[in-house]
Amino acid sequence: MSEYIIKNGHVFDPTQGIKGDKKDIAVKDGKIVDKVGSSAKVIDAAGKTVMAGALEVHAHVAGPKVNAGRWYRPEDKHFDSHKKPGITRIEGGKSIPTVFKTGYEYARLGFTFAMEAAMPPLYARHVHEEIHDTPIIDEAALPVFGNNWFILEYLKNHEVENTAAYIAWILRQTKGYGVKCVNPGGTEAWAWGLNCLTIHDPVPYFEITPAEIIKGLIEANEYLGLPHSMHLHQNDLGNPGNYKTTIDSLKLAEGIKATNNFGREQVLHSTHLQFHAYKGTNWGDFESGAKEVMDYVNKQKNLTIDTGNVTLDETTTMTADGPFEHHLHGLNHLKWFNVDVELETAAGIVPFIYDPNNAVFASQWAVGLEIALYAKDPMRCFITTDHPNAGPFTRYPRVYSWLMSKKVRDERLNSFKKADKVISATNLANMDREISLYELAAMTRAGPAKCLGLSKDYGGLKPGMNADIAIYNINPDKFPSSGPEIEKAFANVAYLFKSGKICVEGGKVVDMGHKETFWVDAKVKENKQVMHDVREKFLRYYSVNEANYPVPESYAPHQHIISVDATKA
Amino acid sequence: MNTVTLTVKKQPELYLECENVNTDAFAGKKAADIAKLGAYQGKEILTLGDFFTITGEAGATAADTKIIVNGDCTKMKYLGAKMTGGEMIVNYACDMYTGSWMKGGKLTVNGDVHSFCGLALAGGEFTINGNAGNYLGAAYRGDWRGMSGGVLRVKGNAGSDVASFMIGGEMIIEGDVDIHLGTHMEGGKIILKGNANRRVGGQLVKGEIYVFGKINVMMPGYKPVGEKEMEVDGTKATFVDYLGDLGERHPKRKGETVYGHLYMKK
Ligand SMILES: [Zn+2]
Ligand SMILES: [Zn+2]
Repeated sequence: MSEYIIKNGHVFDPTQGIKGDKKDIAVKDGKIVDKVGSSAKVIDAAGKTVMAGALEVHAHVAGPKVNAGRWYRPEDKHFDSHKKPGITRIEGGKSIPTVFKTGYEYARLGFTFAMEAAMPPLYARHVHEEIHDTPIIDEAALPVFGNNWFILEYLKNHEVENTAAYIAWILRQTKGYGVKCVNPGGTEAWAWGLNCLTIHDPVPYFEITPAEIIKGLIEANEYLGLPHSMHLHQNDLGNPGNYKTTIDSLKLAEGIKATNNFGREQVLHSTHLQFHAYKGTNWGDFESGAKEVMDYVNKQKNLTIDTGNVTLDETTTMTADGPFEHHLHGLNHLKWFNVDVELETAAGIVPFIYDPNNAVFASQWAVGLEIALYAKDPMRCFITTDHPNAGPFTRYPRVYSWLMSKKVRDERLNSFKKADKVISATNLANMDREISLYELAAMTRAGPAKCLGLSKDYGGLKPGMNADIAIYNINPDKFPSSGPEIEKAFANVAYLFKSGKICVEGGKVVDMGHKETFWVDAKVKENKQVMHDVREKFLRYYSVNEANYPVPESYAPHQHIISVDATKA
Repeated sequence: MNTVTLTVKKQPELYLECENVNTDAFAGKKAADIAKLGAYQGKEILTLGDFFTITGEAGATAADTKIIVNGDCTKMKYLGAKMTGGEMIVNYACDMYTGSWMKGGKLTVNGDVHSFCGLALAGGEFTINGNAGNYLGAAYRGDWRGMSGGVLRVKGNAGSDVASFMIGGEMIIEGDVDIHLGTHMEGGKIILKGNANRRVGGQLVKGEIYVFGKINVMMPGYKPVGEKEMEVDGTKATFVDYLGDLGERHPKRKGETVYGHLYMKK
């Protein structure tokens, strides 16, 4: 494989504390190395910004729910679906791009890894088919557990060991990466026409509460010592007054310590926190609760979060939070998709327009930015749009421009039709903080890599790490001052190296790389009880035979297995 | 106003996407520049010059430009789509998306148009002197934002799903339509001079539909509330006023529920 030397770039790497110093980066055999020979190809990065490849910690980019969004929203891709010159295929879709466009766009933005945030175990094959077809970036997927009948039954009696054994079994069946929990108990309650809006609302029939589910899943996750922590979408998403339920949920992690061999320190990752940080009792007296929520997060070192920034676009909401999607459909009357996934989960989809003229949406925009600006530790706060829920991931450059420039964000804030209302309901107007390039590297590289248990290979530029490198046309000494300039620079990398190969050059995709699918193989003690329960549930309830359930190797031909030994736990 | 004349000299093997055949794309260009404009055939990009003989030149703006298209256009899509001003005349039948997303100006087709024409029309006048296919003046597939302005007139018949999701503007069909006229309508006005098959105004929230002929099978969600003397598209007549669709949600204004109206000529 080729050798490269990236010369004279301004390097930002929180894993080594490098804050924009001019430094050469050497690449050999897909890894970053100390030095290379004189025949190495020279990449001139003078006047440019060099960072590790970015990691997406939470996005909905592959699988049945995403694809249902694609087929029920042909209008999302109609005006932009011609073949462009070069090696790329047709790139269709704005909020729910094709798998090809998903890979190209992440690469152009400087990303080399993405986590699919919600995999229904029963449809894991579909998730892996799409992951396999998404070029360039490495990916993994989190199976959902928060409304799974096995889990509800085990955790009702606080059987952590059985829960862990079942999680390990599911990870192996689905080639899954970790433990996702969406609206714990609420999605199962939805099958009864109900919901769980606090962590103490009982789940019908199962007689368990969301609090017991959350705590039990955190404990099972640490019992196994998985690379990633429990990954939570809290109850009562999107409703005024929900910040209390959010803090109640986060408090469940108090006193639990991370147990793993991957350098991960958090035991709970709380996702798209913007949607969970609202005060008030209705949309009339709504106020931002970002400060209250972030004050708590800042104190608790065993938590990480991602923002879920509203980008003010037309987009497509999609979540395993079935009751929430029904609620949204009631608000905007747009088409609603709903599906029940047998014993495991559910999903809903509704198109959504975050109209900047609407005070509620403009306030949500402000809350998302506040979350990031209140974060004291950029290694524990990651930027997401919960793609495509709060906006498409392709808007990251715009989100960065709002976070990195007070001028750009105030221009947006003050030009809202209902600016007065937004300013009085939120704190954003009083916030002066501007996220630096170094902090951005923590929020988008080193932080998410550590949170996902991937910090050995990802998120930094230390020798020995993957040669995943993004070079931007940004001179830190002359940081662009206008929003469009900042956006343009972050939207099109000058170069993207993926595993030592140049995949994007001058914003143009030039190589499809060699993507890998990550999953976690957790070994546990033989557990006859769980295997008996599995057999019985397949015989009695599942629509498929147990033998047809696992994802075969052929669905993930380029798999990267992370092994975990929990037999001595 | 300057005139550009296009004459079909070669038929596309597949279908030709004429997204660049409109007054806006031509504005400020001479024949030679227009010939260089791109046109997709499948995944290949070709030029208008490959398929048309082009004479004349455009005005400085769309509003100062007139386009005349001669020859068989049955395999040409997007003619006049998205135009904002000026005038365009197509002297033959044409394919889908003709006159779709128009914002202004005048488009006339002296022939039939296929399905999915006049989609989400927002302004201007679109006249079809032949028949139209299905989904005339409807929303694009999957979309909920249909025709919102302008005037769309068909001299002949139209197919099914005409004016789905209409939210504004006026559509006149001088002949008959098949099923599903004005489904999901939430504003605007449809005048049907001929007959309709069935399911007129299904799930209609707001808006007005005038029917001069007969509806084969009426929707159950419409209730007669009286008669009205009106002049509609130049004809004075008595109409029976039906409120509907009673099975659909309806907004309230000043405490009163706002219904849609279906007016049937007596
Ligand atoms: Zn979620
Ligand atoms: Zn999500």
